[in-house]
Amino acid sequence: MSRFSKSVLVLALFGVSTAALPFDNFKGVGRQATPAEVKAWDIDVRPDFKGLPKGKGNVERGQEVFEEKCASCHGSFGESNEVFTPLAGGTTKDDIKTGRVKGLSSGELPQRTTFTKVATISTVFDYIQRAMPWTAPKSLKPDDVYAILAYLLNLQEIVPGDFELSDKNMGDVQKLLPNRNGMTTDHGMWPGASAKKGGIGNGGTPDVKNTACMKNCKSEVLIGSTLPDYARTAHGELADQYRSFGPVRGTRTLGAPAATTKPAANPAMEMATKNGCMACHGVNNKIVGPGYNEVLARYKDQPDAEDRLVTKVKAGGQGVWGAVPMPPNGHLKDEDLKTLVKWILSGAK
Amino acid sequence: MVDVLKQPGRLKHAPENFLSEAQVKAVAAGRRDFLRKSFMAAGATLAMPLAARAASEGDRNILELPEWSTTLGKPVATNPYGMPSRFESQLLRRESPGLARVGGASVSFAPLQGLFGIITPSGLHFERHHQGWQDVDPARHRLMINGSDDSLLKKPKVYSMDELMRLPSVSRIHFIECGANTGLEWGNVAVPTVQYTHGMLSCSEFTGVPLKLLLEDCGVDYKKARYVLAEGADGSSMTRTIPMEMVESGEVFVAYGQNGEMLRPENGYPLRLIVPGVQGVSWVKWLRRIEVGDKPYATKDEAVHYIDLQPNGLHRQYSSIQEAKSVITSPSGGQTLLDKGFYNVTGLAWSGRGRIKQVDVSFDGGINWQTARIEGPVQNKALTRFNINWVWDGKPAILQSRAIDETGYVQPSYGQLRKVRGTKSIYHNNAIQSWKVIESGEVTNVQVL
Repeated sequence: MSRFSKSVLVLALFGVSTAALPFDNFKGVGRQATPAEVKAWDIDVRPDFKGLPKGKGNVERGQEVFEEKCASCHGSFGESNEVFTPLAGGTTKDDIKTGRVKGLSSGELPQRTTFTKVATISTVFDYIQRAMPWTAPKSLKPDDVYAILAYLLNLQEIVPGDFELSDKNMGDVQKLLPNRNGMTTDHGMWPGASAKKGGIGNGGTPDVKNTACMKNCKSEVLIGSTLPDYARTAHGELADQYRSFGPVRGTRTLGAPAATTKPAANPAMEMATKNGCMACHGVNNKIVGPGYNEVLARYKDQPDAEDRLVTKVKAGGQGVWGAVPMPPNGHLKDEDLKTLVKWILSGAK
Repeated sequence: MVDVLKQPGRLKHAPENFLSEAQVKAVAAGRRDFLRKSFMAAGATLAMPLAARAASEGDRNILELPEWSTTLGKPVATNPYGMPSRFESQLLRRESPGLARVGGASVSFAPLQGLFGIITPSGLHFERHHQGWQDVDPARHRLMINGSDDSLLKKPKVYSMDELMRLPSVSRIHFIECGANTGLEWGNVAVPTVQYTHGMLSCSEFTGVPLKLLLEDCGVDYKKARYVLAEGADGSSMTRTIPMEMVESGEVFVAYGQNGEMLRPENGYPLRLIVPGVQGVSWVKWLRRIEVGDKPYATKDEAVHYIDLQPNGLHRQYSSIQEAKSVITSPSGGQTLLDKGFYNVTGLAWSGRGRIKQVDVSFDGGINWQTARIEGPVQNKALTRFNINWVWDGKPAILQSRAIDETGYVQPSYGQLRKVRGTKSIYHNNAIQSWKVIESGEVTNVQVL
């Protein structure tokens, strides 16, 4: 290839890098997914039931599976609040007629449940199928999912006790969901196109408007809420959640600090660390000088090992373990040297 | 007479050298019984620490060389991946007791009170998991891109991490905030410190490949495919709907890098989705699949959770953008000011709609406001640090901050927000935070309407 044609090629490459990229641009990167691969992972079910697998399950079977696989977290009747918020409860026959859970606006509901909120039955099917049981997700067969969902719908008094749910009648069930008319997308927090332009939000118009007043913005400061005493201490000792230096300290919430007892230290190890021995010697490995295990192996059978080592450590040396010299350690007291050497000869533990 | 207000903030611990030489000798001789009295006396002399200092020759930390100046330090690579100082053990991500009953579906909060600048250290990045976190093997991880039907995408493809990391990459700094951040406080004050009020917030430099490039590589039909479903590889296989407009803009990307290293497992290693300005639940971790579709998906976390209950009983669905918000991180709730005098009041501001334009701070509960210093660079949909000078005169004060973004949106007060949305929303609480300072210097969490 001539010089000229090379530079044309380079220009051509740069030319496509910022423009809209044509299909199959990244040569050799990625490969086509096989149909079996797509099928294995494409498990989502949409509100129009696209993706819903074929299958069926009745309330009775659902109760069996629920008891076995779901009740430990959700309670036998989906009412438990022990591990997760309750699945069932909180709706009335009237809500099924209107498609709006009245308790949501009246404030009568002590707690919202899954079925007081959810507006699309596909959502529940999809989630059970992909994520349940909590500790063994994706282990349920479609028929199990239909059965569990049938049981939940029966608990919610949406379907009778002899009901069988299937891919055929999901659409009918959708029309009975108690909060099916309970969602709005008329707000400014959807980041895509507005409903007017075929999207689902209002195009980003905020609902709350404040103005940036700077001086004498109000006549009094209304405090709506303060931290209750129990909440002050519920998060433990706040003093321990801040640095012990800097412009502020954490407020001590649980009284005097507990006496801190350090774990029993190893004085010989501390001494070795403090005096820089550990910079060159590992306990079980060579660094610059030999590991203490190597020293032990060489000296352990020599009767005068302790004295010889004390002398060596004090005076330093070169050549025994390689070319790098060991500096003299005359600044160490004899008794400390002895402690160190004894520690090394005892296995440096 | 010393003007206390012109002094730097001073530490209120026992003055140094508070024992006389005679007392030191007494201690050496074994007489320790008076030590307690000495400490009490030291407490009583707090009003005149300067006098105590003047009597000494100086600071023992200066006069006596410490061990780090007189011994050999540790060799390089003693900690091959590095660790914070042993003196930094108190700032950790923490759970809020009682918030969740199982750790696998819980949240840990970032310690905003002690962080600087705008980048959250990867190890302190908040966590929120729906089915526990996994340490996914990158050699076995795959990203699949397919269409909800064949007309939306010409060629469904599979990419390995090796392949994704060969593609043109971008590195951008963005904040991520859980939609439920500050949700504990929708109704009333509930938690003591900024870690628990605002700590489901972090900001990192993420590195990865624009999703737009991948979709185009697969031959997407933008006319028909107007939504994207992102799906995770963990047990929950978290799914969220993203509008195609965001993907087409180039803002959305699949990231493997975070703050110069690979993502941490708790934050989606080896691949997660980055959806700037949008609540964290859409930033799907352990990202395994992208499906393009022509309709939104109403997944569990956009149909049962992360929906906002309004006073009329309707839930707002697909509420995703995190609107402009700010919080003062120092001083903040659960802290005690050490003394009267000068402080640099500092905090964070951010907006899911773009850049922060201005931050105002009030010291009197919102009657008067001053514009704070913005520490640059100010980035799109990223945390922005602000600072302002304050001399605390020892009197009660209420500190607030108010963010304004480039769209002109002004962060609302609690009163304004509740008037429209009631008190039961849980999600998207971006009201102005108030910290009350009392005479003792203790700072507590209050809500000003």
